[in-house]
Amino acid sequence: MREVFLTGDNIITSLGFTTSENMQQLEKGVIGIHPVQDEALFPSAIPLSLIDTVRMETEFSELLSFHGKQTKDITYTRLEKLFILSIHKALQFHPGFSQNPKTLLVISSTKGNIDLLDPRKQDLPAPARLYLWDMVRIVRNFFGFVHPALIISNACISGIVAIMAAARYIRAGLFDSAVVSGGDILSEFVISGFQSFLSLSPAPCRPYDATRDGLSLGEGCGTVVLTTDPSLILSGNKIRITGSSTTNDANHISGPSRTGYELSLAIQNTLAEAGLHPVEVGFINAHGTATPFNDEMESKALGLAGLLASPVNSLKGYIGHTLGAAGVIESVVSAHSLGDNRLIRSAGFETCGVSEPIQVIERTGVKEIRSCLKTASGFGGCNAAILFQKGLS
Amino acid sequence: MEVLTEKLKKEVIQQLNLEDISPDDIDVNAPLFGEGLGLDSIDALELIVLLEKNYGLKIEDPKDGKKIFYSIHTIAEYITGHQKT
Amino acid sequence: MNLVISHYCIIKPYQVWINDRIGYYDENFTTFAGFIKSVYKKETINYPKFYKMDSLSKLGFLSAELILKNINFDLYNREKMGVVLANSVSSLDTDLDHQQTISDRSNYFPSPAVFVYTLPNIMIGEICIRHQVKGENAFFISEKFDSKLLVDYVTELIQFNRVTACLTGWVDLIKERFHSLLMFVEVPGTATGSGKTGKTIPFSAEDLDSLYHLTRTDNHGSIN
Repeated sequence: MREVFLTGDNIITSLGFTTSENMQQLEKGVIGIHPVQDEALFPSAIPLSLIDTVRMETEFSELLSFHGKQTKDITYTRLEKLFILSIHKALQFHPGFSQNPKTLLVISSTKGNIDLLDPRKQDLPAPARLYLWDMVRIVRNFFGFVHPALIISNACISGIVAIMAAARYIRAGLFDSAVVSGGDILSEFVISGFQSFLSLSPAPCRPYDATRDGLSLGEGCGTVVLTTDPSLILSGNKIRITGSSTTNDANHISGPSRTGYELSLAIQNTLAEAGLHPVEVGFINAHGTATPFNDEMESKALGLAGLLASPVNSLKGYIGHTLGAAGVIESVVSAHSLGDNRLIRSAGFETCGVSEPIQVIERTGVKEIRSCLKTASGFGGCNAAILFQKGLS
Repeated sequence: MEVLTEKLKKEVIQQLNLEDISPDDIDVNAPLFGEGLGLDSIDALELIVLLEKNYGLKIEDPKDGKKIFYSIHTIAEYITGHQKT
Repeated sequence: MNLVISHYCIIKPYQVWINDRIGYYDENFTTFAGFIKSVYKKETINYPKFYKMDSLSKLGFLSAELILKNINFDLYNREKMGVVLANSVSSLDTDLDHQQTISDRSNYFPSPAVFVYTLPNIMIGEICIRHQVKGENAFFISEKFDSKLLVDYVTELIQFNRVTACLTGWVDLIKERFHSLLMFVEVPGTATGSGKTGKTIPFSAEDLDSLYHLTRTDNHGSIN
């Protein structure tokens, strides 16, 4: 059966513009969530994980110059610049991928260029760029991807669904490789919405902690390159995607299931596909948004899935909840943790505040691990799980 | 108080999209959550918006909402007790 | 793998077609809101949550209702039933509503009941809650109806036994422009059939394109 390997990736968050910058900052325990006072985003100060705009503009200008004149005529939005930068960096050792008709481009985003709706923004491209497919057209044309892109917009599980769709298509023989990129920017639109749910913490979020009181929003873009050909893998580690699943709670459109059963079902389906027993899971990078209900539900799901002995972390205490980018960014970090045998401490955690005794990672350090389970849940009652394994089968 | 409770009933119906319900269907003392109208967590948040929008009263802690939004009557009491004239 | 469409539903201004027969037609409506409420009432569904949904979700929810009411759920495992939908405008219709609640700082009242619908996959959640369907779910965006996308994705789901049946299709709505095509897809043999003759349609890109074409035309010829 065809395997799906990870080769090439990039992360852009408040912690840096490359995967290695982000990994270094995470190793050092640097928190990228800071109080922001910006009337354009929110009436009062609020903790956010923001990308360095000055650096983004500088790097993007350099990239435009590198690519030539014709691209200078387009006004790119903030999110488009992030997608282009991230994909460019992820593809630097595979420049031919975009021209290959057997490469699938997959884009994940919950709100795309939603900041274009802001009436205060005057220097804008056409409102058509509000449509995700039009935003993706801009990104696709920059690189000249031959095959039309697949676009996923599925709330907070979008990033994982994007990776799993690409992996499933490669395994099924429809494509040989894929470039999967997930991105979302911060906007008044999104921040005001989460605030109306009273779900934002007044301080950097504390996943699974007894004092957790809500999430922190972040913006980001993550890209991962997949291939069925192990000879194309750059690093020494061969990391494969061996299982995936999505389920729906069928309970409530914004609140998670109280039992965690459906998330545990997605986990069980994923492990069954990979032929892995729960006790073999090296570690779990879970959703961990730090809302009272989400983290509680996840702990129950891990309990039902027989995973209470596996180390678990959330990365949202460092980079916030990056929505449509989260599934990709956090998968990339997890894949590197897996490759490097290094577990990253779950930031914001001190005392267990969930009813199941999950093993939250409290110290960054070495651990021999051979697999990583990534999970997420989102508005609409959706759940997703995906499994990464190290080495050849 | 009755003028306020009648007004509240109409506002609640409108804010929560309770289209098949009329003000006469709502008992001012009956619990709004659980049985009866079957309101959920989003409705609870919407009631917080309603209080702020229509009466200028801000509820900072959603946990206070449980007592305040118990029934139409308790909402009316809260408004009368807190509203500046 | 040869999959079949055993039931489908088309909703467009101002008609509802279920498996090649018209279920509802009214020249008198000029708004989506009036039309969809009338269809809801005619179906005597009695599901008050319907009124809290945004327009896009109402469209998707009713399309699914009209199909799934024909399904004998005793024959299916709801944990292996999927919902895979797509559209071109995402949740833009409701996005505009949410934007309105925050555009004026002197009248700044964002509403959670509106904001929750600023994601296109919420409609999948509404369908799943109503019918307790818990299997694979995904929402795709494309400029135009993409039959190959749905055929490839759903075929993989059934071929790899992730689901045994799947509700899939296109639900698009922005203000007064709307149309939807929803289909129940499964392996032949387990199909409950369509109408009196138990007819099914092959789940192929070509057949999907033909069905989709019916959503874009004013008159609605029958297909064999």
